[in-house]
Amino acid sequence: MNNNTQKQSPVIRLDWIKERNPKLTIISILLLCIFLYIADNRFDAYQVRVLNLCAIYTVLGLSMNLINGFTGLFSLGHAGFMAIGAYTCALFTMPVTVKDQNFFLEPINEVLRTIVLPYPIALLVGGIFAALMAFLIGAPVLRLKGDYLGIATLGFAEIIRIVITNLQTITNGALGLKSIPAKTNLWWSFGIAAFTTAFLVWLINSSYGRAFKAIREDEIAAEAMGINLFKHKVLSFVIGAFFAGVGGGLLGNLLGAINPLLFRFTLTFNILLIIVLGGMGSITGTIISAFIVTIGQEALRFLDQPFSLGFIQVPGISGLRMVVFSALLMLVVLFFRKGLMGTNEFSWDSFIGFFKNIGKRPGKPLSKGGTES
Amino acid sequence: MAFDVFLQHLTNGISLGSLYALVAIGYTMVYGILRLINFAHGDIFMMATYFTFYSIVIFGVPWYAAFLAVIIVTGALGMILEASAYRPLRDAPRISIMISAIGASFLLENLAIVVFGGRPKAFPALDFFTEVIRLGTVSIQRLTFIIPVMTLVLLYVLLYLINNTKSGMAMRAVSKDFETSRLMGIDVNRTISVTFCIGSMLAAVGGIMWGMKFPQIQPLMGVMPGVKCFIAAVIGGIGNIHGAVLGGFILGLVEILLIAFLPDLTGYRDAFAFILLIIVLLFRPTGIMGEKIAEKV
Repeated sequence: MNNNTQKQSPVIRLDWIKERNPKLTIISILLLCIFLYIADNRFDAYQVRVLNLCAIYTVLGLSMNLINGFTGLFSLGHAGFMAIGAYTCALFTMPVTVKDQNFFLEPINEVLRTIVLPYPIALLVGGIFAALMAFLIGAPVLRLKGDYLGIATLGFAEIIRIVITNLQTITNGALGLKSIPAKTNLWWSFGIAAFTTAFLVWLINSSYGRAFKAIREDEIAAEAMGINLFKHKVLSFVIGAFFAGVGGGLLGNLLGAINPLLFRFTLTFNILLIIVLGGMGSITGTIISAFIVTIGQEALRFLDQPFSLGFIQVPGISGLRMVVFSALLMLVVLFFRKGLMGTNEFSWDSFIGFFKNIGKRPGKPLSKGGTES
Repeated sequence: MAFDVFLQHLTNGISLGSLYALVAIGYTMVYGILRLINFAHGDIFMMATYFTFYSIVIFGVPWYAAFLAVIIVTGALGMILEASAYRPLRDAPRISIMISAIGASFLLENLAIVVFGGRPKAFPALDFFTEVIRLGTVSIQRLTFIIPVMTLVLLYVLLYLINNTKSGMAMRAVSKDFETSRLMGIDVNRTISVTFCIGSMLAAVGGIMWGMKFPQIQPLMGVMPGVKCFIAAVIGGIGNIHGAVLGGFILGLVEILLIAFLPDLTGYRDAFAFILLIIVLLFRPTGIMGEKIAEKV
């Protein structure tokens, strides 16, 4: 009875702020904002760029995790959606003069030439185009399963890339686009990363999210429970592609120059790697590993320059960084199969519990009553 | 289009198709046994061309000895790859094995960039293979004939191995049912190792021939042919050796003939394979010669 009246009362209740967990959340968001403010003003361009990349890879990783980790669709088409987002956003934010400089081989399409949109709208349009493409591709392709789906989506990503290479008057072909306005800053990239995270958390915990997970666990059982498989698969695919497009737009306007070679399978693999490292089906895992992978790739840069190993002087071998990086990755995949987080999520309770339990050395705590499997 | 020009394109298509077929067999065999897309297969193919380049150009080995050595070394490389990247993950979820495969592929590519250098190298031209034969108005390299013949010979040798030897029987058993064949006393690890060895040897033959046909080699040369050969295997029905050969021929012919007839589409050359793949998958989801997979509850 009492409960009922509380729900209906129009007064906005602020009691929840007094609890520990929301407080901690708000504090950490504030800390992040302060950190971003300091970073924006004090850090050098390189550090800011790496931080931006971390946030962008978070967006991309989350969007791919929605498709692969939460819905269980093995899709390798991410680079294609990113390419669409990046090209759309770049073309719509470039001023007319820059466009004319870029398209010296063949003049740009007249309609496209005159359209210049503000950055957020261009990002949105990029995402929508990517989502539209995903919708068109998804209708036929999502009937396939497993590896076949993976290969077909990989194929579509590759087709998108080849089409972009050949559309000289729209995308400037193999030359790519240069001097794209550097609109991506820390606030945009982290803001969109935060929005993506919040949206996905909401989506995953909604009835749609439960349907996605049901499809991941067992398609036939999910269908028997009355879940419309096709509708939910397309929905997940389209939402994932939308955020991939937005992430691609952020990336293009951060890098300042894009060309079709940037969107090869390697890029999809980088993102796949992030979600596997973080744990398929874990939002916090993806965020953590997006930061680890991006910063790790930068941290290994010293390998390309000459360095001394105590007693021997190692000459700079360009490319050694990627050798070490791919070897590290393989080791991680070989020895940590479930990734950092598995399908678990970060929560303040388990975080604090972890520190409390360090001294006690308990047995394996089972969060949420789940079993190890 | 004049008939002789058409014939020229046709022979080209057949020889490209047989190259695809050779490499596709490796994909299909591995997939048949492990249900794994061996992403590193294209890079093994690339390694084979580099091995050939080094043994002929740098060490001056006569070509027939070099070919033999390269085929053996590449087979060994395939076995090492399997033992280090795939065997530890035998009962891990499929996605982990897949990531490991992609990781192995990246490792090989980056190693090749560091060890062999990123700049393209010129594959040695061997007179025996590159000699031009004239048939009326059509002039064709001898290689163009050698490749399809060799593919067919190797295919029949392989089919003999699979159908009539003990290892072949073990391979068929393992691809049908992993657990049961283990219970029957088949050494599953050894069988898989042999499969990788054979697949890599075929990739080596393909790589050597590829190097002679397109004599510019570079560390990322294995990626596109690798993907296309995998597509060939899928089109034919993955897990089926005849299917892989059929898929390879279809892909090679379609690619060459489409460009021959519609030169405007040359820029889209690499997209044909994917378009063909998607069309085939939509109408026959398990490929042309693939078995229907029954859904189990």
